[in-house]
Amino acid sequence: MDWQFFLEVLIGGLLAGVMYSLVALGFVLIYKASGVFNFAQGGMVFFAALTFVSLVERGVNFWLAMVITLAVMVVLGVLIERIVLRPLVNQPQITLFMATIGLTFLIEGLAQGIWDAQVHGLDLGIPDVPVKVGAINISQFDLFASATAGILVLALAVFFQKTRIGRALRAVADDHQAAMSVGIPLNHIWAIVWAVAGFVGLVAGLLWGSRTGVQFALTFTALKALPVLILGGFTSVPGAIVGGLIIGASEKLAEVYIGSSIGLNIGTGIENWFPYMLALLFLLIRPEGLFGEKRIERV
Amino acid sequence: MQNAMTQSESAPKPEPAPFLSINNIEVIYDHVILVLKGVSLQVPKGRIVALLGANGAGKTTTLKAVSNLLGAERGDVTKGSIEFCGRRIDQLNPSELVKLGVVQVMEGRHCFGHLTVEENLLTGAYTRKGGRAKIRQDLEMVYDYFPRLKQRCTSLAGYTSGGEQQMTAVGRALMARPQMILLDEPSMGLAPQIVEEIFDIVKNLNVKEGVSFLLAEQNTNIALRFADYGYILENGRVVMDGEAKELAANEDVKEFYLGLSKGGRKSFKEVKHYRRRKRWLA
Repeated sequence: MDWQFFLEVLIGGLLAGVMYSLVALGFVLIYKASGVFNFAQGGMVFFAALTFVSLVERGVNFWLAMVITLAVMVVLGVLIERIVLRPLVNQPQITLFMATIGLTFLIEGLAQGIWDAQVHGLDLGIPDVPVKVGAINISQFDLFASATAGILVLALAVFFQKTRIGRALRAVADDHQAAMSVGIPLNHIWAIVWAVAGFVGLVAGLLWGSRTGVQFALTFTALKALPVLILGGFTSVPGAIVGGLIIGASEKLAEVYIGSSIGLNIGTGIENWFPYMLALLFLLIRPEGLFGEKRIERV
Repeated sequence: MQNAMTQSESAPKPEPAPFLSINNIEVIYDHVILVLKGVSLQVPKGRIVALLGANGAGKTTTLKAVSNLLGAERGDVTKGSIEFCGRRIDQLNPSELVKLGVVQVMEGRHCFGHLTVEENLLTGAYTRKGGRAKIRQDLEMVYDYFPRLKQRCTSLAGYTSGGEQQMTAVGRALMARPQMILLDEPSMGLAPQIVEEIFDIVKNLNVKEGVSFLLAEQNTNIALRFADYGYILENGRVVMDGEAKELAANEDVKEFYLGLSKGGRKSFKEVKHYRRRKRWLA
């Protein structure tokens, strides 16, 4: 076995997995705080990336565009809380889930209606060329993406663990009614969560967008996040990261090694279904995921 | 028996002006299920008032009507009014109510299981404007009342004992610096010594911090021992009220709720002579 090649595939996979983690993070945030599986996360990624790239193309300064897009995502989060979630409070989960499906189409349509449906190139100024570490080639862009994800997760961890709002968010995630009873306003909390998820969507959108071009297909990144969530657990931020790494690494390894060992040519697309199969196995063995919150039950 | 009744009827209202006053409220769940059929009661400032009755009598619903947590269960106050310090509070959301100084401790404790005990307490201070130092100080006050919580402050609340969870829930409410706590069934599922301990602390808080309590309890015995005044709810109506001592001495109450006689009668419905006070018509 060629270890150098193996390592290269592994590291490439891990770094690609970080990109999945980024999308999965947005799901985790909203699921944690409101118990809603937000199908619209992919749409939000697309919306954020498209807004950003359109602004930049219209000559807006890079950082200013970033700030404006962030503001737009926050407003979007607040609007979603007001218009969609608030009237549906206390409805069964499936109702909220359906609402987010509707929201997906609305956001996607809105994005394309306001801007356009073209494919936009996005250049973050990071060259996508490999750097040599020892004898292994590593994509510089992937390294940058991982660093970004790392910083983001760290920031989120601090936000959740150390701040008053973060504590309130976790309290709401634990027990809505009790949170209300101590005076935590659910509306604000949900608006904040959606805004933070919008911010995470923006980061994911920029990284994905600069890799694949900003286009409608970005919304499908949401589907890639699903196996990540099932592996890592819907309620865990570290889970989203680890899940992403496992999915990324395993799909690349499966593509290269399983594919070739059963006589298929590389590029026959094991990569595309392998994560879902892995997720299926996980559902059978450990449905709460690797890091999902186990229900605390005292005996 | 008749005598005891008329006495409690003619007993003067508790002297201090009502602090919390519930006037003739009716609560309907899901637009069809009538749960409270005109309940009126008063809690004077600085007092402990017990709300007694069997399962399903409407105790929890009454508390939730005050704290405005009914909406979350599709309940609705359809008639009557609720006033706190002379101000209508029926339209306030729970958060505004907590800021006004009314906090509910829900039945079954409802601690945040995945937060530590200390984090649980800190969430109680969410609505407070005061700085960190002030909140730190209150945290110490809560630990003074509940020394056990200090020992367990870094454990996840979900893994603490039932008694500790109840203490956490009460401590969390205290962190909001309330004037009034709506305490729902604090004895639920706890060992008698722990129940005693918790009621002692409630009394203490009442005396030292001046917190008023509206206390829903099935454990009539202990509730009447610690409360100043009591209301008995049956089937969504107040069927009797009076000073706690009088209620505890009342033959009917003894029979129905304290299990002190062998008679087969189980509720006021079966007492022919009892002239129910038609508070709901008031």
